[in-house]
Amino acid sequence: MIPLSWYMALSAILFCIGVCGFLTRRNVIIMFLSLELMLNGVNLNLVALSHFLESLRGQAFTFFIITVAAAEAAIGLGIAIALYRSRRSVHVDTVNQLKG
Amino acid sequence: MIASVAVNWTALEPVLPELLLIGVAVLLIGFDLFLPRQRQLLPWLTVIGCLTALAMVLGARPAIGFGGMLLADGYAMVFKSICLGTVILTTLMSERFCAVINLRQGEYYSLTLLSLVGMLLMAAAGDLMTLYLGLELMALPIYALVGLHKRDGRTSEAAIKYFLMGGFASALLLFGMSLVYGLTGTTEIARIAEEITARQLTANPALLLALGLLLTGFGFKVAAAPFHLWTPDVYEGAPTILTAFMSVAPKAAGFAVFGRVLYLGLPALHDQWGPILAVLALLTMAVGNITALCQQSLKRMLAYSSIAHAGYALLGLLTGTIEGLAAAMTYLVMYLFMNIGAFAVLMLLAAPGRAGESLDDCKGLAARNPMAAALMLVFLFSLTGIPPTGGFIGKFYLLKAAFAAGYTATVVGAVLFSAISAYFYLRVVRYMYMDEPRQTDVLHVSPGMSAALGLCLLGVLGLGVFPGSLLDWTLAALSGM
Repeated sequence: MIPLSWYMALSAILFCIGVCGFLTRRNVIIMFLSLELMLNGVNLNLVALSHFLESLRGQAFTFFIITVAAAEAAIGLGIAIALYRSRRSVHVDTVNQLKG
Repeated sequence: MIASVAVNWTALEPVLPELLLIGVAVLLIGFDLFLPRQRQLLPWLTVIGCLTALAMVLGARPAIGFGGMLLADGYAMVFKSICLGTVILTTLMSERFCAVINLRQGEYYSLTLLSLVGMLLMAAAGDLMTLYLGLELMALPIYALVGLHKRDGRTSEAAIKYFLMGGFASALLLFGMSLVYGLTGTTEIARIAEEITARQLTANPALLLALGLLLTGFGFKVAAAPFHLWTPDVYEGAPTILTAFMSVAPKAAGFAVFGRVLYLGLPALHDQWGPILAVLALLTMAVGNITALCQQSLKRMLAYSSIAHAGYALLGLLTGTIEGLAAAMTYLVMYLFMNIGAFAVLMLLAAPGRAGESLDDCKGLAARNPMAAALMLVFLFSLTGIPPTGGFIGKFYLLKAAFAAGYTATVVGAVLFSAISAYFYLRVVRYMYMDEPRQTDVLHVSPGMSAALGLCLLGVLGLGVFPGSLLDWTLAALSGM
């Protein structure tokens, strides 16, 4: 049986890859992807803990996170399309009208 | 075999206001779709729905719903009232403004109401799951609202920035929650505190990491420095009506969950989070007030001022005492009236084809419309914290609570930054009264707008002159916590 610490290490690694991707990549779509990776790191953590703690709350929480992430992706891609229509690009370096 | 299950409808009692608001939101979409000629009725329908929900919230008995998932107690009631009040006031102001900037009305009102439902759930959240669901239900409609006005190129930029930052903050918050769940074995906020004491986790490094992640996530949501970087851009890019809404209601809801998690879930860690919040509060006040000094846009200046006010409210939260929490809640009620009022006057300056958001636009306002200038004067005095306005009393309670809890250096810093803030608030007053007007067109004040301005004025001055009842109300609301 795989011990809990391996799952938690994997989820921490996934989460950190997501954080690094979010902070370093400049394409909005890739940043979305990194966000999803972070959320899936959390999901893995919750499911593994739920199994080892023998409590169902973690799994219920995971379902909510998956559902919300789907809604979030729909809204985020909608905003990205609106951005592309006005700027012809989804690069965050072009998103610089507002500053000061 | 089909088993018949008796549904216990009385279990729905704690969420009746939320259900009502969801119903009104769906009704608004249908109304907008099938009766396009009666669109002018939409804001009034929204206001009636919110007023009914407010009456239900204020009249509700304290209850624990869905096995501890929702705590409809006095604490929730105060924050629910703040959020409902914000929506009522902004809806009253919105009617003409939406026509001026040509904003789609049906979606605007229904999305606002759905976001409001999220805030009410956040205020009542008794479990990390409901907290997260409320948070996202609040945030998702606001992302869409910010980007709703597609003709203005700035809005999609503001929306994408808000969305990315909000999503990032939620992910950090969730990772913190998953760690808390792993350590305590529960997601119920009240039981987390018990488990932390029972398992003696206060010095556990994983719990401290979780605390750090939670503080970062909540810091993003209430726009505390150094997690405030999205705020000025989003507030400037969004339509002004939405900026007024966003600068009060989501912030109040953010403080509601912030306070709930810290006071109910992690009181054992006060030695850790107290000093961290003291640093965050000082930094927030410094960034907000000093950056506001050099703004040329009145809207952006108010955005920075709202950051600074989050710093003041943090002063109450960091004390870890009931008095401090009550002071923070009192301050948020005052902040609702003064900030919405200031934004209302800013919205009056907008005209078709002209944003009217810069400091130049308010020059000579006293000559164009003495009433609007006088109202702005009161709201700006209150934001500065000059007696006899509500802002002074609110700040006084906060400083008193923080001082009593022993955070003397933070209090001194708060007073200094508050003095600095007088410069940029009173500069607007000077422009209004001392300069010649740039525009001469007459300001159009709609009935809803005058009602909203009247309510804000009543709130700012009434609470400034008779502050005791409000503080008693918040203290009484907290007595059960």
